[in-house]
Amino acid sequence: MQIYLPIAEISVNIFLILGLGGGVGFLSGLFGVGGGFLITPLLIFYGIPPAVSVATAANQIVASSVSGVFAHWRRGNVDIKMGLVLLAGGIVGSTVGVWVFAWLRSLGQIDLVISLCYVIFLGIIGGMMLLEATRAIFRTRRKGPIRRSKKHQHSFIHGLPFKMRFYRSGLYISALLPLAVGFFVGMLTALMGVGGGFVMVPAMIYLLGMPTGVVIGTSLFQIIFVTANVTFLQSVQTQTVDVALAILLLIGGVIGAQFGAQFGARLKAEHLRALLGLLVLSVCLKLLFDLVIEPDELYSIMPGDL
Amino acid sequence: MSSPARFIASICLSAFAIIATSTPMKRALADPLVVDLSNHLVAITTGFTGTDVLLFGAVQNEGDVIVTVRGPDQDMVVRRKERKVGIWVNAESARYKNVPAYYASASNRPMDIIAPQNILQDYRIGLDNQRFIAVSDNPDADQKVYRDALVRNMQNAGLFNQRPAKISFLSNQLFRTDIHFPANTPTGTYTINVYLIRDGRIASVKTTPLVVSKTGVSAEVYEFAHRYSALYGIIAVIIAVIAGWIASVAFRKR
Repeated sequence: MQIYLPIAEISVNIFLILGLGGGVGFLSGLFGVGGGFLITPLLIFYGIPPAVSVATAANQIVASSVSGVFAHWRRGNVDIKMGLVLLAGGIVGSTVGVWVFAWLRSLGQIDLVISLCYVIFLGIIGGMMLLEATRAIFRTRRKGPIRRSKKHQHSFIHGLPFKMRFYRSGLYISALLPLAVGFFVGMLTALMGVGGGFVMVPAMIYLLGMPTGVVIGTSLFQIIFVTANVTFLQSVQTQTVDVALAILLLIGGVIGAQFGAQFGARLKAEHLRALLGLLVLSVCLKLLFDLVIEPDELYSIMPGDL
Repeated sequence: MSSPARFIASICLSAFAIIATSTPMKRALADPLVVDLSNHLVAITTGFTGTDVLLFGAVQNEGDVIVTVRGPDQDMVVRRKERKVGIWVNAESARYKNVPAYYASASNRPMDIIAPQNILQDYRIGLDNQRFIAVSDNPDADQKVYRDALVRNMQNAGLFNQRPAKISFLSNQLFRTDIHFPANTPTGTYTINVYLIRDGRIASVKTTPLVVSKTGVSAEVYEFAHRYSALYGIIAVIIAVIAGWIASVAFRKR
């Protein structure tokens, strides 16, 4: 069954979009990532204009994150104070990002920047996660001594000013750090149409030293507000948010996310991280491949009055 | 096209047959040519997946017929990818004005047999004779290569036809052709020209407009998104939050 999308201005298969939302929603619930890093490339591949894909994915991530955060909220796995500090950085970062997005689009380089961002970030983070998780898996197999969490090690990070106490995470660190992380991830949200969970989650674990238990809930909590900001700004600046497409994606997405969260509770944390690392790396390799291989059509067209 | 529309169209066609054969044409025009469409409005509704519009008409004296369909003009940027540091990036570009958002043509015989090249050129009939005005920021760009790339991309998008469609004559006087509009048809006012050609000269021309517009829910959503964009953004966020919340509550009981 086909449906005509009012903003994307093309007609799509309704069940394919529902399935896409469902599949990505499942992963979203499983790993605590927004799933945007999968949904945006898939939408573009399906033929939805990149600008519409990025803006609409942000809208869809609002829904999947809201539905995901409740499950974590009930288990008390949200550090609200940390979430709010990250959010403050995220709002500024995403606002700057929407502006940069419009500028790059006028230069005709937005597709390249989107692809390069994906390759770089997915490559680094996927590789790191996979490596770390594999080590952790082998350590527990050998039943060796488990390394202490990094939060008690001292580095330059602990010398930064504006220290704040985050009780839920058991941290006493400079507020500048989560602010910077939030800003950076907020920019990625606007540029790449991602929630930024795949950057946020490792940054929280490895950079901020937050306990793994509260990381996913807190990241979902702040992603809701940053993606809401991007949805609003893209609606105002570029009118590229397709509500019909977003509704289809989120119907599939929110249902998938519930199953994902339940399934994820049964898996070990290091196994989850290894799986997520693999997934992230495979998306990265696919995009890299597309950049390096000579395209069939060297020329592309775009209406010039944009 | 739905079957009632086809039925009405065939009634119209037979009506034209009667008019064309029995009514004596006493107008000053030497070569009467009557043309109409099964539908002057292509409505893009929520279920729109592309449509065919039937063009039909009658000529009094034998001749060849060419039909051209031209969508609204727009600017187009053509970009060329080049390999830089191992990856393919957009490098040089050329910009064109007066590029129709849609172009299709049809004829009963191959166009170059029907009319000499200079006639086709003068009347800008066929894809090859479309004049896209280059407003290139890159004067060195090979215009032919960029122009071909533009046409090729539009053809791949289904917005320019690959080759002229067939006009079929039902008798010596009645003709018909289907004009296809794909799912991604741009909105706007289209111009349909019908040329009657005899002895390599244009004997008669008829012009008829066709409007492609969004109707129903999708039109209202589009309109709202552009006119009240801030409110649209807020509503989009609210819908997402409510949907996420409903899903969470619905699944909690399990």
